[in-house]
Amino acid sequence: MTDDNLYRDFILEHYREPHNRGVLEPHDLHFADSNPTCGDEMSMTLRLDQARERVTDVAFDGRGCAISQASASILTDDLRGLTLGELRDLDPAEVVANLGVPIGPARLKCALLVYKVLQGAVRGAAVGWPEEADVLAGGNAGGSAP
Amino acid sequence: MAVGQVGAPLLDGAALRADFPVFERPTASGRPLAYLDSAASSQKPRAVIEALADAYAHHYANVHRGIYELSVDADSRYEAARTAVARFIGASSPREVVFVRNATEALNLVAASWGGANLGPGDLVLSTEMEHHANLVPWQQVARGTGATLEYVAITDDGRLDLDDLRARLARGPKLLALAHVSNSLGTINPVAEITRMAHEAGALVVLDAAQSVPHMPVDVTALGVDFAALSGHKMLGPSGIGALWGRRELLDAMPPFLTGGSMITRVTLEGAEWNEVPWKFEAGTPAIAEAMGLAAAIAYLQSIGMDRVRAHERFLFERAWASLADMPGVRLLGPASPDEHAGVIGFVVDGIHPHDVATILDREGIAVRAGHHCAQPVMLRYDLPATTRASFYVYNDLDDVERLVDGIRTTQQVFGTA
Repeated sequence: MTDDNLYRDFILEHYREPHNRGVLEPHDLHFADSNPTCGDEMSMTLRLDQARERVTDVAFDGRGCAISQASASILTDDLRGLTLGELRDLDPAEVVANLGVPIGPARLKCALLVYKVLQGAVRGAAVGWPEEADVLAGGNAGGSAP
Repeated sequence: MAVGQVGAPLLDGAALRADFPVFERPTASGRPLAYLDSAASSQKPRAVIEALADAYAHHYANVHRGIYELSVDADSRYEAARTAVARFIGASSPREVVFVRNATEALNLVAASWGGANLGPGDLVLSTEMEHHANLVPWQQVARGTGATLEYVAITDDGRLDLDDLRARLARGPKLLALAHVSNSLGTINPVAEITRMAHEAGALVVLDAAQSVPHMPVDVTALGVDFAALSGHKMLGPSGIGALWGRRELLDAMPPFLTGGSMITRVTLEGAEWNEVPWKFEAGTPAIAEAMGLAAAIAYLQSIGMDRVRAHERFLFERAWASLADMPGVRLLGPASPDEHAGVIGFVVDGIHPHDVATILDREGIAVRAGHHCAQPVMLRYDLPATTRASFYVYNDLDDVERLVDGIRTTQQVFGTA
């Protein structure tokens, strides 16, 4: 895979017309976080079922680059029906791999901002960034890494 | 030195690139590196790299305390570097030049040492909305610690300091004004001599963040009239880990030390210590010895070109880049349009495309630019932008780099379908 694949059409489509964009009112969970290296901000609202166990609906909001927006659009598509436990156990490497394009260290936080916001929402407090080595080691094409 | 409307830039960027080994490095794009991120950090000429190696190979020992030949050699070269910095910025004495790690440390030194000793509840300190975080957060911290009030001089829509706002705030008797000579995010060149005159009339000292000016234009701290100035070696072709604070001798003399320990004392007992004279009072511990020698080599390299020519060259590239970018649909430029008021730093946004994406696509063309908030988040807030893309010029850039930048932005717009 070459770096040329980063802006593949489906990434740009998710960027131009992101899925699950907006703010759910009312909601059960809400969290906002940012990527300090670029100033991007993202918030997420989730609705849970009556048992407060499974996600029934999710939306994200904020502004960011094509990678962060596409990553949020793609991940939030997959969250409905998952339990809070399953959300907590989400593997950040999988979030990056699901993007289907090579993500190098320079753009890793863009791809993971939605993961960070989601974990904050589930845990009720901000979580740290996943370790770069843990996320990029899992056979993901190295992207633009030198 | 003026640049005409037509004609070649005064420096041959391509020829100068031969002095910088980094340009021999291939890029993944297959094209030569177009390095447009010198405002973040500059590349190093062979003369500086060799001076660093030579320092470690032939002139290295600890400074200040050795009796033996090698230490005397290291010490004299370290102090010669101090003299080189003093001459380069028009300081009246090398004793007014304190070696620090970088401009950030220099500004922290002034804030903590001068601010800690001279500020108290009810005192007013001014900074500006266009500052790099390095000239903003230290003042927030010292204000918090001393009870002083910190206010910011406003900036105009086209990225200038609002001098009416400055005048109004100076009328309230601030003790100090901290400002950038050149804004790292907007490229604005502030009229420092005029501002300093205004500040002094109001009784305020002036702390100048000269990190973006000293590398790129003739700077004479005596002519500007400021009281302190901060610079970083790594932005002026020198090594990282070395920078300087210049301050008026009487101010430095009266200030308490910043860091304490070895070298900065004359006498220590278990009960207390007496401080060394300036500048050594502010240089606790073993300093960046080889890096100081590397900085001296960088200064010699810049002087061999001449700072007037460096400035004229960057002004030429700025004018060409600004004219081309201003003509592009969907590109918005930040900062003043006049080349008299704008250094070789261009912040811009491309409609509908995040700066990170712009930078990534430019990177694929072998063009290195910076995207983000440039450590100036209040500036981004002021213009309601999450981030910008920034291209900055130096001696090794030329019109080819400008053309590649413009073409690369066009390519970015094509990829995103906004062109």
